[in-house]
Amino acid sequence: MKAGTNLEKVLESGAFAVTTEVGPAKGPLASVIEKKGEMLKPYCDAINVTDNQSAVVRMSSWSSCVLLKRLGVDPVMQIVVRDRNRLAIQSDVLGAVALGIQNILCLSGDHQSIGNHPQAKGVYDIDSIQLIQMLKNMRDERKFQCGEEIAGEMPLFIGAAANPFASPSEYRLLRLAKKVKAGADFIQTQAIFDVAKFARWMESVRERGLDKQVHILAGVIPVKSVGMARYMKDKVAGIYIPDGFITRLEGAKSAKEEGAKICLETVEQLKGIKGVHGIHIMAVAWEEVVPGIVEGAKLLPRPAL
Amino acid sequence: MLYSEQKPFEELRGYFKGESSLFIVGCKGCAEGCQSGGEAQVKEIKDRLEKEGKKVTGFTVIDMVCDHHLSRLKLAAHQKAVSEADSILVMTCGAGIQTIAELADRIVHPGCNTISMGGAHAEWKEAERCLECGDCLLEFTGGICPIARCSKHLLNGPCGGSKNGKCEVSADIPCAWQLIVERLTALGQLSRLEKIVPPKNWSVSLIAGRPVKRN
Repeated sequence: MKAGTNLEKVLESGAFAVTTEVGPAKGPLASVIEKKGEMLKPYCDAINVTDNQSAVVRMSSWSSCVLLKRLGVDPVMQIVVRDRNRLAIQSDVLGAVALGIQNILCLSGDHQSIGNHPQAKGVYDIDSIQLIQMLKNMRDERKFQCGEEIAGEMPLFIGAAANPFASPSEYRLLRLAKKVKAGADFIQTQAIFDVAKFARWMESVRERGLDKQVHILAGVIPVKSVGMARYMKDKVAGIYIPDGFITRLEGAKSAKEEGAKICLETVEQLKGIKGVHGIHIMAVAWEEVVPGIVEGAKLLPRPAL
Repeated sequence: MLYSEQKPFEELRGYFKGESSLFIVGCKGCAEGCQSGGEAQVKEIKDRLEKEGKKVTGFTVIDMVCDHHLSRLKLAAHQKAVSEADSILVMTCGAGIQTIAELADRIVHPGCNTISMGGAHAEWKEAERCLECGDCLLEFTGGICPIARCSKHLLNGPCGGSKNGKCEVSADIPCAWQLIVERLTALGQLSRLEKIVPPKNWSVSLIAGRPVKRN
């Protein structure tokens, strides 16, 4: 065990893992995170907290993770390299481990120009792959990025994102391998709407033996309206929504019901793909739909290890 | 050549609040090349400012304002006009503006924004190519610089926002990592990207480090 977190235990046991995600409020509102955490707790093995997602300022990931930890939830702290340099990141990670937050997802972060503070200076002192490697060295060598020794153990379970659908597509596999080499223990992919395409990508992942070196959780986003689908298609970086998807929502009596149905279908298909060790449900502003999906996909009860 | 653009006039107007007179410096080098601060532009701005009721005590268009020696001589030659002015408007790149600021005992107003250090070719006007990071890593990226051309300065890119070869920031910006992957693929050298480029030493760069002493 690298960290012994609940997420790691579930994945290592061979059980199909379920993680979800919550976005904190645009205010110092502990209750928002607490309510979401309580509701989602029985339906997943760990909960991600986003880090100023879409470059919009929200309560920090680390503070929200502390709140989740108090509820008995295993948090996944997301760190984007856009807002913090290597000093601040290492400092935050020391604190995270001290507070029992040991799953960390390493991300680049959406560019500040698309958020609500576009005039801010983006930091990007290190990139996401350097971050993975830095955390790995903190854990395995007990050294800071500068080479100095860390006063204590750093049990971390290191995560990274993967986007099988982004361009340049021929290079995405090499990039996944690079993240694994850097030290990623688990991967959460960007939302999948084209399962067939994802299945083909997983074939190439298996060919390279990467599924044996890292735990891959397939990402899904339940979409509740045509407007949301269009917004994601046009405005959100890294998400690829096929036209057929929007047509299906438009034709349905209730887009909300259809959206939940599609998500459930997707999860069921993903469960059957070899090399996929879990799912990551990103129910943006629609956390209430998660219990139904997890239950419908026969993923209850969650393992108690 | 350093590529510069004139600041919007409304912005310049704000700089002269409370002042009644000024001296103008233009440049026959880069600024004339990009028509941001050459003789024609200096005269245009002079006319506009005079129409607004400002007194232009004089102007000079120096061969290369960034040449300290040259600028010192020229300012000395116009000493009377400079001394009668409340301030000096310098219509050049940042290097020229700072040269005049060092030499003159007057407030110096920047008349232009320095857009890029782009090369002599017109096609380089749209994209910054080199940000003088002090530790060139073109060795690892097939000759395309991700510090200058990747919006997130990624050294192990691309990020998940790269879409159809364009940067998530704007479809006008090509994804630098797409370009790097394409070039290395064409050269049969894509495997160079398997190496993890370590965190950058920013301390030797002008962007994010301290001023670097150069010989």
